Amino acid sequence: MQPGNMLHTFAIYVDNKPGVLTRVASLFRRRAFNIESLTVGHTERPGVSRMTVVVDTDDYGARRLEANLYKLVPVQRVDDITQTPSIARDLALIKVAATGEARTHVMQLVDVYRARIVDVGPESLVIEATGPEAKIDSLLEVLRPFGVIEMARTGRVSMARGTTTARRFDPPRAPVEAAAIDLSNCSV
Amino acid sequence: MKLTGAQILWECLVREGVTDVFGYPGGAILPAYDALLEYPIRHVLVRHEQGATHMADGYARASGRVGVAIATSGPGATNMVTGIATAMMDSSPIVCVTGQVGSRLIGSDAFQEADITGITLPITKHNYLVTSAEDVAPAVREAFAVAAGGRPGPVLIDITKDAQQGSCAFDWNAAEPRLTEAYDDALPGDGPSCDAVALINAAERPLILAGHGVMLSGAEREILAFAERGQIPIAVTLLGIGGVPASHPLNLGMMGMHGEAWVNVAIQQADLLIALGMRFDDRVTGNLKTYAPTARKIHVDIDRAELNKNVRVDVAIASDLRAAIADWLPDVAPGDRAAWFAEIDALKGDSAVRDIQNLPDDGHLYAAHVINDLWRLTDGRALVVSDVGQHQMWEAQYYKHDAPRSLITSGGLGTMGFALPAAIGAKIARPDAEVWVVVGDGGFQMTMCELATIAQEKLDINVAIINNGYLGMVRQWQEFFYQRRYAATPITGPDFVKLADAFGLWGAAVHRRGEVEAAVLAARACPGGAIIDFRVEQEDTVYPMVPAGADLHRMIRRPSPIVETAAD
Ligand SMILES: Cc1ncc(C[n+]2csc(CCOP(=O)(O)OP(=O)(O)O)c2C)c(N)n1
Ligand SMILES: [Mg+2]
Repeated sequence: MQPGNMLHTFAIYVDNKPGVLTRVASLFRRRAFNIESLTVGHTERPGVSRMTVVVDTDDYGARRLEANLYKLVPVQRVDDITQTPSIARDLALIKVAATGEARTHVMQLVDVYRARIVDVGPESLVIEATGPEAKIDSLLEVLRPFGVIEMARTGRVSMARGTTTARRFDPPRAPVEAAAIDLSNCSV
Repeated sequence: MKLTGAQILWECLVREGVTDVFGYPGGAILPAYDALLEYPIRHVLVRHEQGATHMADGYARASGRVGVAIATSGPGATNMVTGIATAMMDSSPIVCVTGQVGSRLIGSDAFQEADITGITLPITKHNYLVTSAEDVAPAVREAFAVAAGGRPGPVLIDITKDAQQGSCAFDWNAAEPRLTEAYDDALPGDGPSCDAVALINAAERPLILAGHGVMLSGAEREILAFAERGQIPIAVTLLGIGGVPASHPLNLGMMGMHGEAWVNVAIQQADLLIALGMRFDDRVTGNLKTYAPTARKIHVDIDRAELNKNVRVDVAIASDLRAAIADWLPDVAPGDRAAWFAEIDALKGDSAVRDIQNLPDDGHLYAAHVINDLWRLTDGRALVVSDVGQHQMWEAQYYKHDAPRSLITSGGLGTMGFALPAAIGAKIARPDAEVWVVVGDGGFQMTMCELATIAQEKLDINVAIINNGYLGMVRQWQEFFYQRRYAATPITGPDFVKLADAFGLWGAAVHRRGEVEAAVLAARACPGGAIIDFRVEQEDTVYPMVPAGADLHRMIRRPSPIVETAAD
């Protein structure tokens, strides 16, 4: 990570139209920002999708990214929720090799992490875990010695805490009419 | 009222105020072309679709109206890419309409299928793939709003053949664009404009940096009022030329890589830079680490993504420029900055002596002389469209533009081949303007097929080819930075006078300064297209020059100026 950089989380509300994901992803690539994770899904409003994007950048980069996102026509709203008290969740499916003795150990660990076993095979278990990324990372660490065969993670989805979602929207400055500008004291 | 998608396209263009389009037909756009005959729109047949986009661009820059280019699918559409990128970099509002294969064929590698919305995604403000007649009107209306709104730029509408052929009810009002123009809270460094005015009033050595935004927002009067009241000198970017009259005493001239030496030094010594509608491009800042080290900075731009991008500023204002200046005006204190002006005058030093303009006529033909004579002979009132290279910089240095939109040139992308087609667009937008193309022998040969368009459309456009037998600007870099190893820069060309003749245009060649005037006057008098082949000094160099990435004040100056002394 570059000095001054940190992980910024953006919630991006977009029109649910074909090609929107490409437009957003292309912007990150073109402006040379690295995406740490990206999730997309429906929202409570029909026709509106929500992306949660995590990017490694500094404060200026984050603001510039936000401004650039707003230039995309299908983007309705961008929230940088990095500093907002919020809930962040990652979902992981982890297939672990577990037979005999090991099976019991794995099941105990799953309990400790409040994860669930969702599939039991003759030589493996599939674990479903949700939580902040750090929790999933840590679960993964303790499972590794047993042999992680496969893993799929969604990446972060986030939401601000509390009831407030609405934010102030400054309308853009409209051009002013010629008559509205008083040039009477000037020589032009 | 039921109309076909093709009819709806033209119906919408007419209602958007479009009177001229630039295009080239082909299979996938044929339904649109067929319908065109029923509408009061002039279609200019280009010779290459790149030309169509540059014409639309030149049209937009000359008039401020949205320019329209049209092409078929596949190769027609891909030929537009350079022109679209050019318009994007220079914030020029154009709408490009392309035909696309039938919607059921999309994705099948059908004949002349190209994913043009994918290809142009990063070089358009927005683009649309329209697959049904119902979607034509909303797409066209939104495209015009997007192209012209905020910071202008290119928009592409790709319309499948079946969408052009299908019919539906046409409802103009229902197709009104509903754009969400959401803006975030203040950016870091954003401040209310009173902060800006306080900085301005307190500054002792302020300097206004005026860019293309002055013209795009129509702030020409406001910026002068502001500069005059505060007694603040102005430096302009290449695209800012014309936004402030060159003859205005507060206008110091162009900044940047080939800007005036005193302007660049003044930037380095200023205590306040007021950047208005410019974007601190690397060609104007040089090394960012040593750029304007003693200056506080105020930046106004309508595109907030430009703020704090290249240069960190003290006050960043995302606003239409005209509105922002109007906000400041009542509070700007009448300034007395005589000391600062005296300093700037001193910075001019021996610049006049170094100026090639003031060298004695030694029988050679210098491009600077040609441009200066052209300026004089056209009363400084021509609409000049310049290409990219040395001649572009000499034009900027020696043609003194007093009027807004009187210089059109490709700045951000630096697209060779831009000038000739852009001039066609400019002439059609402003038929009464005297249009001159100033172009190198290299760039001219990139798009000279459009001479046929000039002939077919009977346009009165004058072309000054600054013919130095080299890709001169690249040769200059080789001279300075590659030990004069002239790899691939010597260039030949056809006999341009015969070429003019072949296209039915007037042509003449000029070898000596004494011949310039007669040729320019003859070209002006000639009612149709005219070409003058100026055989200029081959290894001439644009001075001063800030090498790419160097400190702005470290310029390569003209070596040991030849000064006539009493002994001569
Ligand atoms: C399409 C394109 N290709 C290459 C370049 C790189 N380039 C910049 S200036 C230049 C030389 C231009 O030569 P010419 O048109 O003869 O003008 P001169 O510099 O000699 O006045 C070149 C090749 C460019 N700007 N655009
Ligand atoms: Mg040349």
